[in-house]
Amino acid sequence: MTMQTHATPGRRIPDWAWHVGLVAFAVLWWAVYHQLAPLSEWITSLLPLAPASHTAEAIAFFLYDVPKVMLLLTLIVFAMGVVRSYFSAEKTRALLSGKREGVGNVLSAGLGIVTPFCSCSAVPLFIGFVSAGVPLGVTFSFLIAAPMVNEVALVLLFGLVGWTVALTYLAFGLGIAIVAGFVIGKLRLEGWLQDWVRDIHTGASAPGLVDGARLTMVDRYKLGIQAVREIFAKVWIWIILGIAMGALIHGYVPEDLMVRIMGADAWWSVPAAVLLGIPMYTNAAGVIPIVEALLGKGAALGTVLAFMMSVIALSLPEMIILRQVLTLRLIAVFVGVVASGILTVGFLFNAIF
Amino acid sequence: MKQIKVYGPGCQRCDTTAEMVRGAAEKLGIAVEVEKVTDARSIAMAGVMSTPGISIDGKLVHAGGLPDPAKLDGWLTA
Repeated sequence: MTMQTHATPGRRIPDWAWHVGLVAFAVLWWAVYHQLAPLSEWITSLLPLAPASHTAEAIAFFLYDVPKVMLLLTLIVFAMGVVRSYFSAEKTRALLSGKREGVGNVLSAGLGIVTPFCSCSAVPLFIGFVSAGVPLGVTFSFLIAAPMVNEVALVLLFGLVGWTVALTYLAFGLGIAIVAGFVIGKLRLEGWLQDWVRDIHTGASAPGLVDGARLTMVDRYKLGIQAVREIFAKVWIWIILGIAMGALIHGYVPEDLMVRIMGADAWWSVPAAVLLGIPMYTNAAGVIPIVEALLGKGAALGTVLAFMMSVIALSLPEMIILRQVLTLRLIAVFVGVVASGILTVGFLFNAIF
Repeated sequence: MKQIKVYGPGCQRCDTTAEMVRGAAEKLGIAVEVEKVTDARSIAMAGVMSTPGISIDGKLVHAGGLPDPAKLDGWLTA
């Protein structure tokens, strides 16, 4: 966040200054990150609270987690912004068009992570893919992976729950995208698209991809910074609200309550979590701090992950947008297949862990 | 009068892009007519897969993300 200086015309920052600035930022980041725990304890100890009381516990949790998540997000979102500058929807489409199912699904889900994607352009992207000969199932693998496996979700899981859960989420998120896309492809549902989508021939591709090849490293840094700004403008309030909510649960909600409602023994808790997640629409930032606190209080990992995946991958507003290109029957199949995948992950996790 | 179309379903970035185009045109003293295209079908037909996209007099110059201000000036004066 220290690098948000605009290059003013006439006084251009030389390239080497950008590289040096980046290294200096990385060092500073590392130093601050490792001082967070003592710092938050120290600040809490200054407050007139009984140590180890519920309130003190909740405040320490809040003071440590908010800066930690913000720091992690800055680093990872910047890095992903730079990585994404090497990819574009046009390049991804060229890589995927005419790919066979199977290999195509795997490639598509992987590209879903690194291709710049905004859920508001899901429909033009869908049409662009299908009209250029990307198989329907392969397109779905992309559309499932792109929102579900995103760096904000992974950073929050890593920062608040731990790297094992973050990695597992990554693996199973990709797995669901691959398998669900493959199944939808095998069902041969091309006829269930809205009529006009099948007949469409999209115009020439944007020249953006020619442009993209000529970016300098500094251009890519700038894209990274732009990504950080955009993400922060969108999620900061959710992170603070989410972690505050988490802190309250952490300090006050009795443990056995969550174990009873969301514990591994209640078999119905996984489907309930998935159903509950569909109408909920928030970004990963809003849901994960709550997820962390639920886990801390004994909710089962599979149930919590299922809830999270359902909130992110199956959202009502997104389905309403997709209604423009998909028939209701196809949307129902899409929801059914993805929900089955999430249910499987939920039950599997509760059985294993 | 340059005919400019900004393609995007109405997300915040698309509005910002339209504002950037208007601002840059005013700064450069170029007469423009900015039209926002929000219909998904028209966006796709124009060949835009990532929004916002910009076309000037029918030629697509940009797709995906906010445009770079220096490049925007270049497109407008070209």
